[in-house]
Order: sequence, then C-alpha cells, then structure tokens
Amino acid sequence: MSGTAPALGKDLTGLEPLSADQIRVILDTAEPFKEITGRRVKKVPVLRGKTIVNLFFEASTRTRISFEFAEKRLSADTVNIGAVGSSVSKGETLVDTARNLEAMSIDMVVIRHWSAGAAAFLAARIPSNVINAGDGAHEHPTQGLLDILTLRDHFGRLKGLRVCIVGDVLHSRVARSNIYGLVKLGAEVGVCGPRTLLPAGIEELGVRVFGRVEGAVEWADAINVLRLQLERMQDGFVPSLREYNRVFGITRELLEQAPGQLLILHPGPMNRGVEIDSDVADGPHSVILQQVTNGVAVRMAVLYLLAGGAPHLAEAARDWAGA
Amino acid sequence: MSSLLIRGGRVIDPAAGADLEGDVLVAGGRIGEVGPGLAAEGAGAALDAGGLVVAPGFVDPHAHLCEPGWEHRETIRSGVRAAVAGGYTAVCSMPDTDPVVDDPASVGFIVAEGRRAGGARVFPAAAVSAGRKGEQLTEFGEVVDAGAVAVTDAGRTVESSTLMRLALEYAQSFDIPVLAHCEDADLARGGVMHEGVVSTRLGLRGRPAVAEEIGVARDLALAEATGGRLHIQRVSTAAAAGLIRRARERGVRVTAEVTPHHLLLTHDRLTGYGSEYKVNPPLRSAADVRALQAALADGTIDCVATDHAPRHYDEKEQAFDDAPFGVVGLETAFAVLHTRLVLAGVLTLAGLLERMSAGPARALGLPGGALEPGQPADLVLIDPAMEWKIDAGSFLSRGRNTAFDGAEVTGGVVRTLVGGETVWRL
Repeated sequence: MSGTAPALGKDLTGLEPLSADQIRVILDTAEPFKEITGRRVKKVPVLRGKTIVNLFFEASTRTRISFEFAEKRLSADTVNIGAVGSSVSKGETLVDTARNLEAMSIDMVVIRHWSAGAAAFLAARIPSNVINAGDGAHEHPTQGLLDILTLRDHFGRLKGLRVCIVGDVLHSRVARSNIYGLVKLGAEVGVCGPRTLLPAGIEELGVRVFGRVEGAVEWADAINVLRLQLERMQDGFVPSLREYNRVFGITRELLEQAPGQLLILHPGPMNRGVEIDSDVADGPHSVILQQVTNGVAVRMAVLYLLAGGAPHLAEAARDWAGA
Repeated sequence: MSSLLIRGGRVIDPAAGADLEGDVLVAGGRIGEVGPGLAAEGAGAALDAGGLVVAPGFVDPHAHLCEPGWEHRETIRSGVRAAVAGGYTAVCSMPDTDPVVDDPASVGFIVAEGRRAGGARVFPAAAVSAGRKGEQLTEFGEVVDAGAVAVTDAGRTVESSTLMRLALEYAQSFDIPVLAHCEDADLARGGVMHEGVVSTRLGLRGRPAVAEEIGVARDLALAEATGGRLHIQRVSTAAAAGLIRRARERGVRVTAEVTPHHLLLTHDRLTGYGSEYKVNPPLRSAADVRALQAALADGTIDCVATDHAPRHYDEKEQAFDDAPFGVVGLETAFAVLHTRLVLAGVLTLAGLLERMSAGPARALGLPGGALEPGQPADLVLIDPAMEWKIDAGSFLSRGRNTAFDGAEVTGGVVRTLVGGETVWRL
C-alpha cells in the first residue's frame, strides 16, 4: 500500500476510534465505487480469492444484503451465518465461533451482535479483519458513514452543517456512529427525543439537546429520523405511539414550519405514521433511498481499504470493471 | 508450651492505638505479651521482624468462596489459601453457593471445610431468606447455633421491605448483623455498568447511582425504626456514603464496607469493554471515588471488604453483557490500598490496618483484629517497602479475574500466622 493517506488499521469497530482523515478517506474511496453500482457489469476483481463471513447474531435484512452486494461486487467469496439454525443457537460462545471460522482461513468477518462491544471483542481475538455491522446500542459505523456520505453528496460540505438526530437515541447505535463521525468532521449535531430516550451525559459527546422537535426543525439543515422500536412502548419509555407521533413525529405540517428546505434521512426500516409520516418519507425532502444506494458504495470502500487497497487506486479499480 | 518471639518489628495494633518498635510473644497459639525488649520463654523460637510491620491479621467481611456448587471458580481450600497469602486470617463467606447456605447443615459444612482447609478462619454468613428468594426468613437461631455469624442474601437486595424489616427485627434476638446489598432492584435491572457518559458512549445499559441511594435510604430507615444491626455491603456512591454518615450521627446501628476497586477505579476503565472491570455495584465516577476515600478515612465506612468473587476464565471471556460480575481481591487488597491510599497520603498505615482488621471485626462482631494478650495469635507481617508486580497467573485463588493485573505496587505480606502457626510465607 502506498501514498500518504492514513490506513484504517485491521478493523472497523466504530467511528469513535477513527480520525477525521480516516473517515474522509472512506468517504472519498466510496465515490468511485458508487459509479460501479450504476454500471451494467457491477463487478471488479479487487477482492478476488478473499473469503468473507457475514456473522449475523441478530436479524437484519438491509444491512446484511447491502454487505453481501458490496462483497460480491468486489468479487469476494462470501458465507452467511445467522443465529438461527447455526452452532450459535446451540450455545457455542462467540469466541469459539470465531476460532472455528479462523481455522477455516477466512479473511474478513462482518459481525452483527446484540451485545455492545462484541465486534471489538472479536477483533481483539482473531487476526482477520473485523467489520462491525452493529453491536448492541454501541455503533453501526457503516450506517453512520453512509448517512454522512449522503449529507455530503447533498450539501457539498459537512463543516458547519447542522444535523439533528430525532428519536430513540438511548438504544440507537446509528445515533452514536452519526454523532462521532459528524462531530469529527466539523458538523454541528443536535439530538431530540423524549427525555426518557436520551442517554445520560449525551451533551458531553458534543451535541446540543432539543426538548421539542419544533426547535430542532427550526435549527437544523438535516434531520436523521430514528426508528422507534415498538418494544419501547411496552417498556414504558413512551406512553403511546399516537402521542409519540404527535409530539416527536416528523410530519409535513412540521416541515412546513421550517425556515428552509430540510433534508430527511432515515436508517430504516421505517414505522410509517410513528416516527415519520408517509408524505415526508416519500416526499421531496427525503433521501432515504439514496442512503440505501450509498450504503453499498460505502461498504465496498470499507472492504477495499481494510483488505489493503490504496485509496488512490480505487479509481483504477473502477476502470477494471468489465475487464 | 511452644512459644514464638517475633522480634524487632514495628508493632501496630490499631484497636489499642499502639504503634511501637518492639516484640510480640506468642505462646500456646495465643498472644502472650506485646512490648519492647521481651525475652523468649524457655526454648522458644524467635523470628526476626526487623524492617517489618507486625499487625493483627486482616479480616474480610465479604468473600465468595464458591463451594459448594461452583468449585470450578474456587473451593474453600483454595479460597482460604488465597486469603492468607493476602494477609487475611479471617473471612466471612457469602451464602450464594449452590445449594444456598440457608440451613444448619450447609453452615456446618462450611465450618468443617474451613477448619480442614487450614488457612484463614472461615466465618459463614447464612442467607436471610430461604434459597435467597426473598420470600421466607431462614432459621436464624438454627444457623447461628451451627456457626453463622451474620445473615445476607449476598448480592441480591431483599426486595420486600416487609421481609427486610422482619430480618432486622429477628436478627436482634441473636445479636447478628444483617449484611445488605442495598439497591432498588427495579431501577438497577439489566444494568451492566455505572449509568453515565461512559455507558452512553459504549452503548451499555446503565445501573444508576440513584438505585443504590434509594436502597441505602430504605435500609437505613428500617434499621433506625427497628433498632437492628445493619451492615451495608460494598458502598459505591458518594450519595450512599453521605446517607450513612448522617445516619451514624443520628445513632443508627449501621456499619459499612467498601472494596479496593471501588476506592481506586472509575467507570472510565470500562472503555474497551474489559470484563475484568465488570463488577456489581459498578465502578462509578471520579467524584464517587473521592467521596468513598474520604468516607473510609473519616470512619463513615468502617472497613475494607474484598468482595472476592472468583470467576472461571471462560465465563469472563464473553461479550461484555454476557460476562458475569465480579473480581478477586484477597491477594491484592493490602498492596493496592497501601500503594494508592497510604503512600498517596489519603490514609495512614495504621488507619488502613484498622480498616482491614479491627474495623471489619467490630462491624461483624468477629474475634480478632487486635493484639490483645490471651487472644488467638492471628498475625500478619508486612514489608512496607517491598516492590512487586501483581501477576494474576501466580494467584493461589482459582480465580484470575483481577482488576489490577500488572499493577506495580509497594508493600506486601511476607508472613501470615493463624493461631500462632505460620500458614503462609513469601
């Protein structure tokens, strides 16, 4: 690997450990990969011969498929392991699962786990590259990256950009990765949600707290709307979905009060009529589907860089397509 | 009658306020005389204690010896050997074994195994409630007759205020303390670390400090109302220490303990998800640590407890949420506290020795903790200048789960005597 750009290291466990330069390298490297996704032959041979295991202890459709597309478009060989129907459901520990995979000479593991810290735990114990695809309420770095890439695409800058994350920040790994990444890149970050769903000391992460969504909308350039899991109501964090929608939901009426045109992001899957109304999700402010498209490109960039690819050669990789 | 003269040491007996250069004469397993220039009796042996501190053996009010049921973690034999290696000559064993120590037979087993093991003396605590289920009181009279020195549900709050009140009342008939893990169980449920900015950063479920404050406030109110003897286990918050201080001023019969890890480490240690720092109650903020040190120094908190909780390495080698709580502490408590509290000027050496011997003995009503003629010669010899590095691999405990592995420390135990016999030497 050559050039002066900083390497990512062995793993991507989160955005908190990365420098602003490292995050920029990933975003820049995603650019040429975006273009490959739009081609007729969507494949480059940069990970040919590499074996990647997608180890999903928790159900996921969007993230797992996005990773799988990214891996296949880079010509890697992939194996998917889900919690149900595998040795994981037979009581095998995480460390034993990892050692067994290692013994089969794999190159990378993409892990989704319900427990915060699981990706770092695995990364410290196996020599393969580990990519965190979401660990408990800790981080979901590739989601954070694709959100940030989408913001950069739209606004052409991140410095000084005002982004407010609205919803269940307490349980959200997406919120944490967005906060770490955006703050490092010079954006101003706000959070807004019922106080029961904002974690202790959140201000100390360098974010501004909005008690009501009206204030957030007035302040922000973009709103990242978090999914409200239905369990949160059963656990008593919010008294009813109806009230949540009325007080914290992103509605067209709310957006009409905003002084400017607001960009609306949502990591999915959406609860239409709860945290976001359909006319917003499907409306002109929404970049929700662009996020999905960018997700594949960002994941290609991460896989490419962790495999040792040089940032400045990603452009060249694009030109191998169809070779 | 065999005798032993321990000669030329710095003899510290915190219970008597004594700190002198002199000798300790041991005869027939008991302390004969303490003072300068003693002569050996008859053909007795002599032990040179030049440069060493001679003090009452340490008393641990809170250790999990894990037997019966959890022998892969610790046995009574390995536990009492770890104890004497750390200078402890007495430990109060917790009843959260499998089966639970909640009847006279299981108390008798602990007592018998403790004697056979031949290390530190073992004083069992029995459960407050049958099976630690929080429903029905155990037979306090029966377990006390079998050798129990206290009752506790060990690591589990007695959730029912009625049952806790009954326990504090009934325990008075037998003059035993109720040892309490004070926490609002509902507020603490599911929490794996202190709730604060670190838990927010790591995305782990927090255990709020206010849960402990509420638990301590309830049990203090019940102790005050009943006149029962309450001993609050492993205080971890500034707020709880403040409540205890005010209750003592009102004359409530309360004692309290704090662990070395809560005295020295903060929740920042959890960054990196090290399960060796996963303990209950959790490591708290720097402000809590300062308040706990002050409370130990001013006597609000009577004593140091190790809360020695051995875990098998497989159990700790899991994702953070899945790893069990607990650290070992018997073999390192003195060294880490001497290094970081005494040498830092927070406590005097005599003050630390008091909190590790006379203090816990008084809190739990156990023998020991003083160099009184006629009492069993349970002694520790300490080299206060010894520099060493904590190495979990060399522990006598089966547990390697220390929060202090690799720490450079000053001061160590070089010899431990129980009943006048050397049971451990460096």
